[in-house]
Amino acid sequence: MLSIKNLHASIEGTPILRGINLEIKAGEVHAIMGPNGSGKSTLASVLAGREEYEVTDGEVIFNGKDLLEYSPEDRAREGVFLAFQYPVEIPGVSSTNFLRTAVNQVREYRGLDPLDAVKFLTLMKEKMKLVEIDQKLLSRSLNEGFSGGEKKRNEIFQMAMLEPKLSILDETDSGLDIDALKIVSNGVNQLKSKDNATIVVTHYQRLLDYIVPDYVHVLYKGRIVKSGTKELALELEEKGYDWIKEAVDSEATV
Amino acid sequence: MSTLTKQTKIGSLIDFPAKGFEAARSQAKEAFEIQGLPGTKTEEYKFTAITKKLEQQLNDVTMAEPFEVTPDMVNSNLFKGFDGDVLVFANGHFQANVSSQIEGIEISLLSNNSDTPIGKIAKPEKDVFCAINQATFTGGLFISIPKKIQLEKTILFMNFTKISAGQVIQPRIWIEAGDFAEATFIEQAINLTDVTFFVNKVVEIKGGHNTHLHYYRLQNEGSNAIEVSNIETDIQQDSTFSSVVISLSGEMVRNNLSLNLLGSNSEGNMYGLYLLNGKTHVDNHTNVDHTIPHAESNELYKGILADHSRGVFNGKIFVRQDAQKTNAFQQNNNILLSEDAVVNTKPQLEIWADDVKCSHGCTTGQLDEEALFYLQTRGIGKQQAKGLLLYAFAGEVLEHIKHEAFKTYCTQLVEDRLGAKL
Ligand SMILES: Nc1ncnc2c1ncn2[C@@H]1O[C@H](COP(=O)(O)OP(=O)(O)OP(=O)(O)O)[C@@H](O)[C@H]1O
Ligand SMILES: [Mg+2]
Repeated sequence: MLSIKNLHASIEGTPILRGINLEIKAGEVHAIMGPNGSGKSTLASVLAGREEYEVTDGEVIFNGKDLLEYSPEDRAREGVFLAFQYPVEIPGVSSTNFLRTAVNQVREYRGLDPLDAVKFLTLMKEKMKLVEIDQKLLSRSLNEGFSGGEKKRNEIFQMAMLEPKLSILDETDSGLDIDALKIVSNGVNQLKSKDNATIVVTHYQRLLDYIVPDYVHVLYKGRIVKSGTKELALELEEKGYDWIKEAVDSEATV
Repeated sequence: MSTLTKQTKIGSLIDFPAKGFEAARSQAKEAFEIQGLPGTKTEEYKFTAITKKLEQQLNDVTMAEPFEVTPDMVNSNLFKGFDGDVLVFANGHFQANVSSQIEGIEISLLSNNSDTPIGKIAKPEKDVFCAINQATFTGGLFISIPKKIQLEKTILFMNFTKISAGQVIQPRIWIEAGDFAEATFIEQAINLTDVTFFVNKVVEIKGGHNTHLHYYRLQNEGSNAIEVSNIETDIQQDSTFSSVVISLSGEMVRNNLSLNLLGSNSEGNMYGLYLLNGKTHVDNHTNVDHTIPHAESNELYKGILADHSRGVFNGKIFVRQDAQKTNAFQQNNNILLSEDAVVNTKPQLEIWADDVKCSHGCTTGQLDEEALFYLQTRGIGKQQAKGLLLYAFAGEVLEHIKHEAFKTYCTQLVEDRLGAKL
């Protein structure tokens, strides 16, 4: 589904991603872990199409298409979804209007008829249950004044509405209490199928008890420096990142 | 100063013969002599070179005469859903024959009400254009809403303009509202001309106790209108006054809006939205004077500027020593869509009382890129996402229009503009 080869990206001339290679197949869950500032959010942003990042080398093929050629909105319409680490508050834009515009633009791109108000509301109600999000939240401006947990829940709710093929969850677990974490994970798990794939970016192994990954990768200094199965996450939890950093840094100086 | 001023085309207007209100006229002429026309060094007009603009754009300065407005013209220009009363003006002159008969209130020419204390609210000493109007307007309109009359129907001022180049229109309206009176006014201009003209308008509004007034203005008369307006109101005890000004076009527009809070538990609200493109220049100078304790003022002006347009916002809040427990809020926010657009914004707070809640803030920036990207990642096209964000920005002002049909009308105009321009 997704094939990233030798991806380099920089911001304002500073290289951040320095040769990422990653293969993801439909039905898989990949966890990306790594110390602060290693480039996890950058990778997520580059995949979603943020313009500030300049891709200087490498390629990203998504379902046979050259993803980097697409605008952010077309990537979304092709089925890429990014749950933001820091969802943006947008005063004055109603959550419901926003979602209806989004859903219908995505549908149009996929050659489907737009949903009328009734069908849209039905869909919304169904997906709201999935993440146990309160109707009251959605009658407010998008993310405005939402608590951290509410914002994260809203991200997963939007994901449920847009039915992406590839979901990238950037630290969706950070700041959630255990109940909220269970709800969010449960939502993600219900949306999982053999046809879609998920990338979870996280600092905490805790999340991976609920969203069980097929693979775990460690990102450090803009490269994937170690890959393994879910046991790797446990090992990282126990030992921290220093042993990996040391190994990489000593190699680099040689 | 005065002889020089009179040599200018616009300054020569002061000698235009106008009948009635002798005392007020001569007071205004004196105020004109003292102030002179604003130049580059005049603080109040620092960013709005109105004298220069008028000298350049007006060839042959004369007062515009009225012309015939037909009922058809009135009906075909009513915005959708409007079911109130219409007061029609032709080049600033009231046209009783095509205006609504409104029961329960008095409407007549201001010139027929010669004991009206004109100039006592909008004082000619405060603004030279206000002085010119007071010295030289003819006709004018007098509206008196008696005590306890709550007008269910909105009053629409429909201003038709049809003139030759360089002519001057000087509307003048006096509105008085008795205790417990309530009314909503909408001001709209229909321009039938494609030459440059100058509108110099004065509206004075005198409220009673517990009166509640709304005053909405839509400025959309095309790119060749030069306009100065002075609108001022006295707000008495337990009363509210709310103004919303939507400015969508004009060559150079200067709005002076002043609220005088004169009685406790009074409230004054000023909202403004300016969407500017081309070389449009819009300057909003607002002034709120808190003279007594326990009054509140709220102010929000927002601007979206494209092309070479220029916006000026100057918000004075004056809280006098006696005005304890004042609440005064002011915000001015601007989005620049072009590198050539400019905004000058200046809050001016003068607070002499110590127990007050005052806040003010102004921002000028670009469209929020983070928000734009967020919307795009949900599959919303860039243009539409921009439109959503700009519309959300503007919507905060439109929300304050309490007349549903007018709000819908303005919303449509704003949406069309935001959609078209991006
Ligand atoms: N807009 C920017 N301008 C300059 N540097 C940036 C910018 N955005 C990110 N960086 C830098 O890029 C590096 C990678 O940042 P990134 O946010 O991708 O890390 P991360 O792995 O997601 O970290 P965290 O775990 O804290 O979320 C950091 O050194 C960061 O300072
Ligand atoms: Mg991050």
